[in-house]
Amino acid sequence: MSQAATELIRISGHAGVVPGAGLNREFQVCKLVDTTTCIGCKACEVACLEWNGYTFTETTFDNTYQTMPETAWNYWNLIKFNEHERADGTMMLLMRKDQCMHCADPGCLAACPADGAIVQYANGIVDFQEANCIGCGYCMTGCPFNIPKFDPPSRKVFKCTLCNDRVSVGLEPACIKACPTGCLHFGTKSEMKELAETRAAQLREVSGFADAGVYDPPGVGGTHVIYVLHDAKNPELYGGLPKDPQIPWSVRLWKGPLKWLGNAAMVGGIVGMALHYMRFGPKKEEPIPPDALPQPDAVPKDDRHDDGRRL
Amino acid sequence: MTTDTVSRSSAADQNAETIVRYTLGERVNHWIGALSYTYLLVTGLAFWSPYLYWLAAVVGGGPTARFWHPWFGLIFTASLFWTFKEWHVDMKIDDADRAWAKAMPDYIKNEDEKLPPVGRFNFGQKLFFWGIFFGVFLLLLSGVVLWYTETLAWSLRFVRYAAVLVHASVALITIGLFLIHVYMSAILEEGSFGSMIHGYVTRAWAWTFHRTWYYEVTGKPRPRPSLSKP
Repeated sequence: MSQAATELIRISGHAGVVPGAGLNREFQVCKLVDTTTCIGCKACEVACLEWNGYTFTETTFDNTYQTMPETAWNYWNLIKFNEHERADGTMMLLMRKDQCMHCADPGCLAACPADGAIVQYANGIVDFQEANCIGCGYCMTGCPFNIPKFDPPSRKVFKCTLCNDRVSVGLEPACIKACPTGCLHFGTKSEMKELAETRAAQLREVSGFADAGVYDPPGVGGTHVIYVLHDAKNPELYGGLPKDPQIPWSVRLWKGPLKWLGNAAMVGGIVGMALHYMRFGPKKEEPIPPDALPQPDAVPKDDRHDDGRRL
Repeated sequence: MTTDTVSRSSAADQNAETIVRYTLGERVNHWIGALSYTYLLVTGLAFWSPYLYWLAAVVGGGPTARFWHPWFGLIFTASLFWTFKEWHVDMKIDDADRAWAKAMPDYIKNEDEKLPPVGRFNFGQKLFFWGIFFGVFLLLLSGVVLWYTETLAWSLRFVRYAAVLVHASVALITIGLFLIHVYMSAILEEGSFGSMIHGYVTRAWAWTFHRTWYYEVTGKPRPRPSLSKP
């Protein structure tokens, strides 16, 4: 908008083209993770911790290279390792950098009840605003990637910000900066998509990975973190990347039809009761017919029921 | 002449004479339940719709509401279990209720004189009680899942998906029951609201709305009207 006020489209008495005319700025950013060139060095994990001010977390040992089972509230970036045995008996060490996918249609945001706790920027970044978070955990239910993590002491939920604080001042995310193999790229969505498709084609045509492809799941409207996978037909192999991630249908039902049905029923009920009162008015007690009354003078107090029951 | 006057005035007196409808324990428990439900309703509606999120501010803000909502849920559950213990006998649905249910349109039209006599609670009240009772079970189960969502393993995420839907749906049903309950007892039926404050109704009230119960209590006056304890 502010750009439109400074961008020229016609200039009087000007020879030649208008400088900058037809310029098209793409706002959408994207992180590309090429799992085929990742060596699992975890430099991105360290860079993430350093930039975001978290200390290293104690690791767990499960007989693999996996250092901890999943990301944590203070550990937003984790390499998922999988020792995968292929059909021909050879072994492949699959490594995928796991972090928030920054969905175009974010399930966390759809599920969140707190005003301003989750925002989506025009560049595609989905960011948590912890000051507004109420700690209900609905985002954890809405997310199809198991990303938002709850911190019990502060009762807030945290996740990868795609280094919004760096991107907003023209820097690339910290993880990108640290990657030694160049498997991480950062740029506009269309550039990264093009680069990813080029690499996938290379893998298919040159490297013999017939099923190589790009992971940019349409079920969540596409993501602002995309992967190049050797085997795009089986994303689950890469540390449980869902094949067709969707916002859970129960969350959609809850936040969609059920909400409107419930609101209509509540308002309708109140209006209905008001109309009922106006039409039929209050229920008033009626005097008891004399023959249904106990006879206080005739009978001792404790035997009154005999008279009452005669009706 | 003299006897006539005496019997007339005594009839009016008898109509106005009071009967214990709710004991002190029942009343206190009712208001613990009512206040905790109101808190749950206000905070729950705040989480339900962005247009009602301001309700959270009324009770101390979103994080505070989220923190206390489950605890008030436990208070409400406890209150309801005590109610069950005290009332489940009175709440049994029997043939008289089935007859009354058939005549429900007359009840809605306030033509109560056409209704078959009922005991301490009518069929509508029994439906309300059992609706809330079974509702609270489902709300408690789904509520615990929502309370500790973060402790649930990712492989059990379907439990979360079920919990959000069950909690919201059942809450809506209880809101419907709650609205009807408040309307009928505090607005529509004169004398009901007071009975939950001071515990008494007039004989005429009991005769009009709960005739079987009226004969029971006037027949055998007891401090705890219909709590038949062996």
